[in-house]
Amino acid sequence: MQLSVWTYEGPPHVGAMRVATAMRGVHYLLHAPQGDTYADLLFTMIERRNARPPVTYTTFQARDLGKDTADLFQRAARDAYARFDPQVMLVGSSCTAELIQDDPAGMAEAMRLPCPVVPLELPSYSRKENWGAGETFYQIVRHLADRDVRPTARDGRKPLVNILGPAALGFRHRDDVREVRGILNRLGIDVNCVAPLGASPADIARIGAADFNIVLYPEIGDSAARWLEREFKQPRTKTVPLGVGATREFIAEVAALAGVDPEPARADGESRMPWWSRSVDSTYLTGKRVFVFGDATHAVAAARVAHEELGFKVVGLGCYNREFAREVRDAARAYGVEPLITDDHLEVEDAIAAAAPELVLGTQMERHIAKRQGVPCAVISAPVHVQDFPARHSPQMGFEGANVLFDTWAHPLVMGLEEHLLTMFREDFEFSDDAGASHLAAHSPSRHAEPVSASSAPTAPTFQEEDWTPGQVRGDDEDTLWTAEAEAELKKIPFFVRGKAKRNTETYASEQGRAAIDLETLYDAKAHYAR
Amino acid sequence: MKADAFSLPADSGCGAPPEREVLRERGQREVFCGLTGIVWLHRKMQDAFFLVVGSRTCAHLLQSAAGVMIFAEPRFATAIIEERDLAGMADCHEELDRVVDRLLARRPEIRQLFLVGSCPSEVIKLDLGKAAERLGAKHAGQVRILNYSGSGIETTFTEGEDACLASLVPVMPASAPDAAPQLLLVGSLPDIVEDQFLRLFAQLGIENVGVLPARTADGLPAIGPNTRILLAQPFLGETAQALEGRGGQRIDAPFPFGAEGTTAWLKAAVQAFGIDEMHASAVIAPGRERAKRALEHHREKLAGKRISFLPDSQLEVPLARFLATELGMEPVEVGTPYLNRKLVARDLDQLPETTRISEGQDVDRQLDRVRADRPDLTVCGLGLANPLEAEGLSTKWAIELVFSPIHGFEQAGDLAELFARPLRRRDVLQV
Repeated sequence: MQLSVWTYEGPPHVGAMRVATAMRGVHYLLHAPQGDTYADLLFTMIERRNARPPVTYTTFQARDLGKDTADLFQRAARDAYARFDPQVMLVGSSCTAELIQDDPAGMAEAMRLPCPVVPLELPSYSRKENWGAGETFYQIVRHLADRDVRPTARDGRKPLVNILGPAALGFRHRDDVREVRGILNRLGIDVNCVAPLGASPADIARIGAADFNIVLYPEIGDSAARWLEREFKQPRTKTVPLGVGATREFIAEVAALAGVDPEPARADGESRMPWWSRSVDSTYLTGKRVFVFGDATHAVAAARVAHEELGFKVVGLGCYNREFAREVRDAARAYGVEPLITDDHLEVEDAIAAAAPELVLGTQMERHIAKRQGVPCAVISAPVHVQDFPARHSPQMGFEGANVLFDTWAHPLVMGLEEHLLTMFREDFEFSDDAGASHLAAHSPSRHAEPVSASSAPTAPTFQEEDWTPGQVRGDDEDTLWTAEAEAELKKIPFFVRGKAKRNTETYASEQGRAAIDLETLYDAKAHYAR
Repeated sequence: MKADAFSLPADSGCGAPPEREVLRERGQREVFCGLTGIVWLHRKMQDAFFLVVGSRTCAHLLQSAAGVMIFAEPRFATAIIEERDLAGMADCHEELDRVVDRLLARRPEIRQLFLVGSCPSEVIKLDLGKAAERLGAKHAGQVRILNYSGSGIETTFTEGEDACLASLVPVMPASAPDAAPQLLLVGSLPDIVEDQFLRLFAQLGIENVGVLPARTADGLPAIGPNTRILLAQPFLGETAQALEGRGGQRIDAPFPFGAEGTTAWLKAAVQAFGIDEMHASAVIAPGRERAKRALEHHREKLAGKRISFLPDSQLEVPLARFLATELGMEPVEVGTPYLNRKLVARDLDQLPETTRISEGQDVDRQLDRVRADRPDLTVCGLGLANPLEAEGLSTKWAIELVFSPIHGFEQAGDLAELFARPLRRRDVLQV
């Protein structure tokens, strides 16, 4: 048993729901107890869909167990078919139905429903949501792809591709697809089908007509794409166009596979991000310590953008989906950090505290961890809450995606000029700790700024016990003795770098074997760690 | 599947007016399971921890239902059953002991621990009762360990609270046979509402009042033949029965929604305690008048409007009563996951003859009826609300009625506002 308050991923049948909901003409019959319909509201509330997910739950109850759950299943299947008239039915079990050992696949087959039925085996006690989505999409493609459909001869026609991976409840999938379509359009490449998002069973049947596959989200699209590569000889792309550099490589990779000139897409769609990043106001971003966590695809891509395109220093990198841990391990090695592969949010919290980053890039969970630790944060990966399914166009991929990444990641940081002013006027009443930090109102405790007249302003800062935030400034190392003077000086350092300064000073003091930390030690340490 | 027909229940009360027809349906249910009760119960019971023994689905449900609350060091968690736990039962109990030991070591302030059963734990017949006993003995003196089931196969949404409170009844201290009459207020209410009621009881002259659930482990009230039970929530059938099993007597009353509902509820207690009616009226009058004034603001907007309830919490019948008798709304269909005729009799009696009462659910058929009825407002869950809005039907999401303070005089206006707001918004939007 695993003790868990928060889970990064739902159970695998939720992944199957994400695929079913993304598609048209598909209905999912889920053998499940009363209550599992809670998952509907992920789609109707978080993604704000205007229709119920195409899922029928058998809703068995305690009194049904041991007698007619199989009967219940078959009635539900008949009713769902009659009402929704699907072109394809998916059938499977949720975690509880898996235990009662009805066989949805066998029962559905015995019924001879008048539409194709795709049975799903989703082991709920060993696998999770992303795996469930990938497996479901793979099974759909395997069952529905028409093996006689192959690309026509190339003479005169444009290259034709499939875009694989986007699904319901995907982080920015809607807008990423639009960006990638734009790139393909400029390259003179036609799209055969986007799947599962918006695809019908007929679209899947004709999936073999494309010359190759573009895999946008390996977590969901890779199994199907690998199978298509084997069975249909369709090559697949390996680059995910997240960030300027990756988008350029993606364009080159796609153009090479299609045999077209990459220039139209490169020249036409150049991002503003490289210039924004070069402009002098961005100089302060240099070496900012960033901790990256999310699904493997987004985490690896974000680390690259952070390192190569914004000049950050990656001090932590990890993912919650074990299936793609290898990619994260490779990337972590490149940045010289220890990869963090875990679905335990407490471990992530500890790792963030230990790395003492100045920016966290993560999921909704890291947003809350960062809030508690008083560190700025931006969201780069699912799971996300409702605000990260925005009304505005907000891709992560392609050149517009790179613009969005720059704005989203730089925004929570203090702007360069502001940081300069904070340092310069750190004892000014409007910039002192007690004034709070209005630009980070969400992250800092609210305190009232009271005007202090010149005469009443204390000449030397006085240290108030209650002004100290436990754990942030004092308390983690009881052996370290700070002189009152040094403590007061430490307090003058802006709060968002103070934790690091304190830690560095204490480390330095212990390395140097100094019994107490005075002003001298503080500034010696500062010089020691100067970058 | 049962036909779309009205059926007469077999057991009709003796001597009472003929029971009204109820449409009973079975099919897909779009409802929460009882685990969801944890989300508000753990706020109420300040030193309690709720450990669900279940699957990743259970953890995911709690996370989805608890929203942002999950990040404020919540006092609930899930022990997720994994593949290796399914291999053998002995292993499962050892694992549970390990998880509980670790949990209690991390949270030494916990005084009550509920092991909450789920569908998976019920289906594999993991004996959580025995586990609670074993662990209770091991951690005796420090923490009380109880168990109940919040599984979807046995409980619907608020029935999770019923099951939880019923598990507390056997450990309530027994009051002396000759103890003074005591009032027991049953059902978790927001603290502010509970305090209002306790003040009113004190003014009425009912001094000895216990509350279930109590805010802390050592505040558990006594129970005995001199205890009169007043339910604040309609979904507490099992708890009421358990309390009656220990000698308590239930006071029959409508539920305290609105000016009239709250008045009748308080008066039922007043009668049970033989309090002077004149005095009671004088105590109740100011709150009642305030509530009526607050409701008057919403009457114009709501009167004559047609409303349907989809089953969710068992609050549907009392709320429909409130909207019909105090705000002039017309209930079209009132669906409830479970109709406890005895407990909601006083509210049910006041619903118009024309109102269709339904128990259970076949969600697609019920939605067909909603589309045919086209009520002005449909009260339903969040899985259905936006899809119905997209079809042009105004909705009020039901779960808010469980999380918001809505009982009593001072909340009557707020309760009406919850129903008036979606209609006002519909009228104000020009996009």
